[in-house]
Amino acid sequence: MSAVIDAHHDDHAHGPAKGITRWLYTTNHKDIGSMYLWFSFLMFLAGGVMALVIRAELFQPGQSFVEPHFFNQMTTMHGLVMVFGAIMPAFVGLANWMLPMMVGAPDMALPRMNNLSFWILPFASALLISTLFMEGGGPDFGWTMYAPLSTTYAPDSVTFVIFAIHLLGASSIMGAINIIATILNMRAPGMTLMKMPMFVWTWLITAYLLIAVMPVLAGAVTMMLFDIHFGTSFFDAAGGGDPVLFQHIFWFFGHPEVYIMILPAFGIVSHVIPAFSRKRLFGYDSMVYATSSIAFLSFIVWAHHMFTVGMPLAGQLFFMYATMLIAVPTGVKVFNWISTMWRGSMTFETPMLFALAFVFLFTIGGFSGVMLSIAPADYQYHDTYFVVAHFHYVLVSGSLFSIFSAVYFWLPKWTGYMYSEGLGKVHFWLSFLGVNLAFFPMHFSGLAGMPRRIPDYALQFANFNAWSTVGAFIFGLSQLLFLYVVIQSIRGGQKATAQVWDGAEGLEWTVPSPAPYHTFATPPEVK
Amino acid sequence: MNTPKISQRQAEAAANTRRTVMRLGLGTIGMFAFAFALVPLYEVICEVTGLNGKTAGQYEYVEGDLVADASREIHVRFVTNVNAGMVWEFGADKGGMRVTPGGMHEAIFRAHNPTDRVMVAQTIPSVAPGRAAAFFHKTQCFCFEQQVLQPGESVEMPMRFIVDRDIPGAVTTISLSYTMFDITEQVRNVHGSLSTAAGS
Repeated sequence: MSAVIDAHHDDHAHGPAKGITRWLYTTNHKDIGSMYLWFSFLMFLAGGVMALVIRAELFQPGQSFVEPHFFNQMTTMHGLVMVFGAIMPAFVGLANWMLPMMVGAPDMALPRMNNLSFWILPFASALLISTLFMEGGGPDFGWTMYAPLSTTYAPDSVTFVIFAIHLLGASSIMGAINIIATILNMRAPGMTLMKMPMFVWTWLITAYLLIAVMPVLAGAVTMMLFDIHFGTSFFDAAGGGDPVLFQHIFWFFGHPEVYIMILPAFGIVSHVIPAFSRKRLFGYDSMVYATSSIAFLSFIVWAHHMFTVGMPLAGQLFFMYATMLIAVPTGVKVFNWISTMWRGSMTFETPMLFALAFVFLFTIGGFSGVMLSIAPADYQYHDTYFVVAHFHYVLVSGSLFSIFSAVYFWLPKWTGYMYSEGLGKVHFWLSFLGVNLAFFPMHFSGLAGMPRRIPDYALQFANFNAWSTVGAFIFGLSQLLFLYVVIQSIRGGQKATAQVWDGAEGLEWTVPSPAPYHTFATPPEVK
Repeated sequence: MNTPKISQRQAEAAANTRRTVMRLGLGTIGMFAFAFALVPLYEVICEVTGLNGKTAGQYEYVEGDLVADASREIHVRFVTNVNAGMVWEFGADKGGMRVTPGGMHEAIFRAHNPTDRVMVAQTIPSVAPGRAAAFFHKTQCFCFEQQVLQPGESVEMPMRFIVDRDIPGAVTTISLSYTMFDITEQVRNVHGSLSTAAGS
């Protein structure tokens, strides 16, 4: 790949505006990307504090650090904040920063909508979090919002939660439309679909998933709203509705949603591993097809979240086998990453460490997912800490580690300075230790029967829980080091070259570091 | 690369972008509508397959249905509940009965309104195991209509059913569960008064 860098950059390009209005009015994909990333980090800290409240309560059995009712609010808000406030906006932020540069476009296709979709987020999140301070407390029914807990028995603040979710959903949908429009219409001449970098591919598919399922979530919470305020009975058996219907609609959204949070991670790792193995990605085509297959399968497996509602045997078998089938394209991906490393000349800088940990730990989470897909066994695992261990392995050591990897990988391109490799590695090892100490014991407490979302537990789970709490605090506090490393890299340090990593490939490495405010005003030619 | 070529390219990209946004916007609206379409869809699927223990409406039987299969006996158990906040007394005369598939059977349920006001109730049935639901035919059931009881009034409610001869051999016990809901308020909201509801 070669690129023609805009040689007349200084002649006609404008730098950023000064002051606060730069951020309020900006339509620049790099500014908006940065805001997304900072916002998601803030939400990550907020959700993290909630997680630490949960872990503090569960440090020992029988204690009462917080009231059970507040504990329920913490589990609910931790889930909502991390999913809608931290992980999803972080990926959108990375997409904003990197997609235009990766496809050789000057900006996103719809810069003003881009500004809007970001600026909805702080308000929506403030609305969501403000419910904690309302009379009757915030949402306490779990992030899955199962009716009738979220309707008949919900605190009054649920209405605000519903509106917050509408806003967050609208923001995601606009972001997704923007990303698809950019990828389909703004690619540099010569960049055919099958020449697109993997991060672009995975985001294209993710954006389609978002457009397919976020409106369904909006529909589900709208029905909740109607049941609560307008006397309908979508989920109320007394009026002819059915609470199980809520679970079907929610998980029709919910399962593709978990792939929305992992597919961009697959893309990131498919950039980082080749760069630090100094080899091309093994099996590019099969990666594209595997991603598409996973996206398709995500629509037909939702009921594996609800095996215990009393489905007919045929239904259980269908959802069980369809779920197991997902392991095949996922296995293709893991195989390709390992094959990329095979006989590569590998080095282990921080992005690579996070990517390797991703492959290793995400695979553990994938395997516990296959265990959960076995319908007869799921009756034992359902709603225990085994499930909590599973989805934190795929979401924390999966999605979140890939975001860390991406930030370290592209940080020199953003700031123009290398980050401190030593501190980055300390951050990695503390995170790695913390994550495993926090979540590995949950497999055992779950298999032994400890239910999730309960503020107390029987004595035999005491050791597992004490370890989990220690691990969670190590993991949580080490993120302050991450913040320090990022700020340090923004303020200065060793100058980064345009190439940054000698094995990295792609158009983004052809522009100087830091990337100029406007890049690719003249599209590069891709051969 | 000359300037006119770029601007033409940009104009093309802008037109394509507009088209993409239109399509995706329609897709978004379509999926929002789809969420609501899932409600009737789910209803139909449950009724056809007996998924979720949902039983179909009133069964119109033909003579051919009523050929008893004396070789089998199915234990039908009755479970009665009142929903949270419902004050009526509601129960079955018998906890269960042994029936032959293909025979017409009758069970008696009773309800009593102990309050000093007129109330309306609706009972919702559910069959377990779910796969038996499609083979449990009710020819007469109080769950097909609303019950309006005057203060202190009691009512005897017969329920007639046929267990289909084609019911899978593995099913030996069917639990028929009824939950009674207080719908007085809903009826009042819809009809304006309870007297019209009683006549409907």
